[in-house]
Amino acid sequence: MTIAEIAKILDANIITGHDLADHNIDIAFASDLMSDVLTLKDDNVLLITGLANLQTLRTAEMSDIHCIVFARNKKVSPEMQQLAEENDITVLECRYSVFRTCGILYQAGISPIF
Amino acid sequence: MHFEYQIEGGNFTRAGFASSEIKKMLKQLNVDLGIIKRTVVATYEAEVNVVAHAYSGTIYVDVDEEKIIIKLVDEGPGIENIDEAMKEGYSTASSKVREMGFGAGMGLPNMKKNADELKISSEVGKGTTVEIRMMFG
Ligand SMILES: Nc1ncnc2c1ncn2[C@@H]1O[C@H](COP(=O)(O)OP(=O)(O)OP(=O)(O)O)[C@@H](O)[C@H]1O
Ligand SMILES: [Mg+2]
Repeated sequence: MTIAEIAKILDANIITGHDLADHNIDIAFASDLMSDVLTLKDDNVLLITGLANLQTLRTAEMSDIHCIVFARNKKVSPEMQQLAEENDITVLECRYSVFRTCGILYQAGISPIF
Repeated sequence: MHFEYQIEGGNFTRAGFASSEIKKMLKQLNVDLGIIKRTVVATYEAEVNVVAHAYSGTIYVDVDEEKIIIKLVDEGPGIENIDEAMKEGYSTASSKVREMGFGAGMGLPNMKKNADELKISSEVGKGTTVEIRMMFG
């Protein structure tokens, strides 16, 4: 499923990386704990999180995560946006809870890592 | 090749800056992407540990044809029992650190998993030295 399609079904706004919206994503992981995210071995994972700070972006950068959905109406700060742009990370803002976000994506065929 | 980076304890805005520079440098050197990921994940965990648990630190990076050596030397409280600290779930992280999405006691075990070799030495009241070694091929 492309990032553009993901944004559509989540009624989410693409904040950075519009040019990467045709990129495909098959697997996702949801966590507010960056310690957990850093243990993932898979590449091209979509991260769903309610933790909106610079370390979320840094964690994504180190883990080769190229797309993040900030759920629970969390907002992306200008500093976060800059870091996302520097690292070609597509960032989406979504009003839905983490649970609802995951439910919609799961139903649409996005697979869990484990 | 030799590089050095400074780490400021407590500064979560800058945490990861050094690891990010190291990642860019390894990419420029055309290092295998799998090795880069393991290297920077381990380095970032170690950098965040200095920010979260120590006062200040320096990262020394040495790269040659065979290996990458990343040494993080910090001034801080040190670790009293390294075996205990290596256990998954062991953490003394403050609530501030937890709010940043860290402090699950998973960093050191994750560094061990990602590094080809991990050496930790520490002196209580002085500081901690962490050495991450990665081998090419
Ligand atoms: N550089 C350091 N200086 C002092 N103490 C440290 C240092 N690194 C680790 N520690 C101690 O070892 C413990 C375990 O470290 P570890 O990285 O495994 O977990 P954490 O940093 O608490 O949480 P997480 O890594 O999951 O965010 C820390 O809570 C801290 O007590
Ligand atoms: Mg840690």
